Amino acid sequence: MSKILYGYTALFDSPDGIMAAAQKTADDGFTKFDVHTPYPVHGMDKAMKVKPSKLGFVTLFFGLLGGALAMLFMYWTMAVDYPMVIGGKPLFPLPAFGPVTFEVIVLAATLSTVAAMIALFFYLPQNNHPLHDTDYMKNVSSDKYGLCIEAGDPLFDEKKVKTFLDAAGGKNITPIYNPDPVKYPLLQPRFLSVLLVVALSVSGLTYFTLNKLMYMPPFDWMSEQEKLTPQRTYRLFEDGYGMRMPVQGTVARGFMPYPYRDQPVLEEEGLANPLLATEEVLTLGKNKYNTFCSPCHGDHGDGDSRLRGYFPNPPSLHTPRAREWSDGQIYHVLTVGQNVMASYEPYTTREERWAIVHYIRALQRAKNASDADIQLVRSDNNAR
Amino acid sequence: MPDNIEYKKKEIPGSVEKIGWILLGLGVILGAVAFLVDSSRAFFTYLITFMFVLSVAVGALFIVALEYLAGADWSVPFRRIPEFFAGAIPFLALLVIPLLFGFHDLFHWTHTEDVEADKILQGKTPYLNEVFFIIRTVFCIGVWYIFYRLFTRNSRKQDETGDQLLTRKNITLSAIFIPVFAVTITIAAVDWLMTLEPHWFSTIFGIYFFSGSMIATLAAITLTAVLLKEKGYLHPKITNEHFYSLGALMFAFVNFWAYIAFSQYMLIWYADLPETTFWFLQRWEGPMMYISIGLIFVHFVIPYFGLVSLPSKTDPKRLKIMSVWLLFAHGLNLYWLIMPTYFSGKEVPVITWMDFTFPLIAIALFIIIFVIHAKKFNLMPVRDPKLRKGLDFHL
Ligand code: HEC
Repeated sequence: MSKILYGYTALFDSPDGIMAAAQKTADDGFTKFDVHTPYPVHGMDKAMKVKPSKLGFVTLFFGLLGGALAMLFMYWTMAVDYPMVIGGKPLFPLPAFGPVTFEVIVLAATLSTVAAMIALFFYLPQNNHPLHDTDYMKNVSSDKYGLCIEAGDPLFDEKKVKTFLDAAGGKNITPIYNPDPVKYPLLQPRFLSVLLVVALSVSGLTYFTLNKLMYMPPFDWMSEQEKLTPQRTYRLFEDGYGMRMPVQGTVARGFMPYPYRDQPVLEEEGLANPLLATEEVLTLGKNKYNTFCSPCHGDHGDGDSRLRGYFPNPPSLHTPRAREWSDGQIYHVLTVGQNVMASYEPYTTREERWAIVHYIRALQRAKNASDADIQLVRSDNNAR
Repeated sequence: MPDNIEYKKKEIPGSVEKIGWILLGLGVILGAVAFLVDSSRAFFTYLITFMFVLSVAVGALFIVALEYLAGADWSVPFRRIPEFFAGAIPFLALLVIPLLFGFHDLFHWTHTEDVEADKILQGKTPYLNEVFFIIRTVFCIGVWYIFYRLFTRNSRKQDETGDQLLTRKNITLSAIFIPVFAVTITIAAVDWLMTLEPHWFSTIFGIYFFSGSMIATLAAITLTAVLLKEKGYLHPKITNEHFYSLGALMFAFVNFWAYIAFSQYMLIWYADLPETTFWFLQRWEGPMMYISIGLIFVHFVIPYFGLVSLPSKTDPKRLKIMSVWLLFAHGLNLYWLIMPTYFSGKEVPVITWMDFTFPLIAIALFIIIFVIHAKKFNLMPVRDPKLRKGLDFHL
């Protein structure tokens, strides 16, 4: 089986020797050649006349991409999907996101640079280079300096290259052949089994560490410490309860407690309805009334509900007494209850109760409509 | 014994020194006028110049020590430039004197009646009192002066004797100097800049000042080195590639400054405590806002792009532009640190002719000091054991 020539290699003894040889090779017009040295030799780029590497653009691209993605991710999670105010800062606080963005830029830039470098060196998916596993490589990774002219060079001619390398002072001039191409190198059983072993041991170790090791002494002192847990007893409080009642008189933020709880609402004190009787409010009031009040007070407030006879009869809401009440007085009944009628505070919000009051007012007006009201409804109906 | 390197000293023409003296005369006269016109503002602008001279002089000594300690070769042919600039250290003792008369204008904490009514300032009096302040200033300048003498004495003696042990001695000296420098430069920054607002505090402030000082020092060294090479005063073996590390260091410190400045800002912004945020709010009032935004561009964005590529770090023309630019940026940085204290509660123009008078003194001082030293000593440490390697440097 005839092998395909990859190139010719030669070894040199000193950095000066390799420098001169590289210069000469480049001067003679060779373009596909490479130099291998045990450590970076300064000035080699210039001697070889290599163009500045394009790798930097990969770094730039992925760095910017990483930064943009990090910003987008933080923006999406913190400001759009689940907006969260932290420390009174705006939802998209640029300075706070700065460090994370910076770190992600660095991470993306480095990882992509390394990946691109490996890809360029090995011509992925090949994972082997013809120069690997040769005496040449062993020499240049210890104390020799090597030059390799590749067969792909347009000026390549076996005999000429040999004499050229000889004239340049090279020793151990040897041909290097391409290895037999391996089909699907990534699917070799040996590689796959190594991959499997690595994957299993890494995930097994991770599982063991996170789920077992951290719960064994002495690593458990974080989770086993004396601390307050909901629904558990807690030794440090006298009564042993872990969950505490708020201090007497605690008021929730943005909430005003009802001030007339234990006293009647006087008309002149002006507990006025804060809502306007808009269609929206009246609809809300109607819905809530039908849900909570109609079972006793009847659909139209006449006190003729289906519960009649099973319960102390509720009064009609159209009595002069109820009609002359101020909004605040009706609201007071809903909020604190009256005799057998319970308080509706636990089931309705403040706004809903005020909306119900508006609706009761509408019912009352309908039952005792004046001529003007009837006129109004008629013209309204005609207009429709 | 290192082999002797051929070096022919070329004298710097007297006209350069003359320019220095003319600038100095002009600066002193205009400065005197400034003090007569508005002494309060003059003290503040003078403080900018004083801190500028201090940062370049002491920073230069730090660069010398750093080179010894890191064992750098490339910088040996340039070492005399920071050595000469450090020659401004003795003059700090002279330059500080006018400021001692401006305590009352500059420092709120010297107003005893205000301190008595202020619990916080009372707590700070053990540190913030005039006597201890002056002791600290004298101590810092004294320590810098001693190290300056020791470093340069050894370095100059080597020119004559070629004794390699002198390099060893300076390495030991550097190891002692660098921690001392860290403490003294922090004291200087805290005393002369941070206590302008005695209620304010920032634990990163010393490093902030240091990072800016390094930029100015490196810019001054780069500018001088490029000019000297262009006019043929340096060794012919010095190529543009020798400038690479100077450019790289400038670039590094531009980034470092931005990093520190951002850290300081972000922590204060995040904690949002009124006792620290007011300092930044002061710098966001009226026209100061434009200067604050400008500082980000002048001190970071523009030099970043100006110095990021490889060719820009070896091209003398671009290096010259960038180093002049960065010297200006450091001046602006100091202006940004100092002037808002003067502006607070006043309706005064942000920039007047006064702001340009005192920098003349700084420029003149460095020219004169450099030329006088260059007359007396070699422009290159001719018998330094690392010199040959330094001259042979290439990328
Ligand atoms: C369980 C049946 C029941 C329900 C449900 C109920 N009430 Fe009552 N309501 C009563 C009874 C009974 C009284 C008379 C209480 C008394 O003895 O003073 C009353 C009294 C009232 C009064 C005072 C009338 C007056 O003249 O003293 C008003 C106003 C009132 N209810 C409004 C409402 C509203 C609005 C709702 C819906 C949120 C509601 N009620 C739900 C049973 C009920």
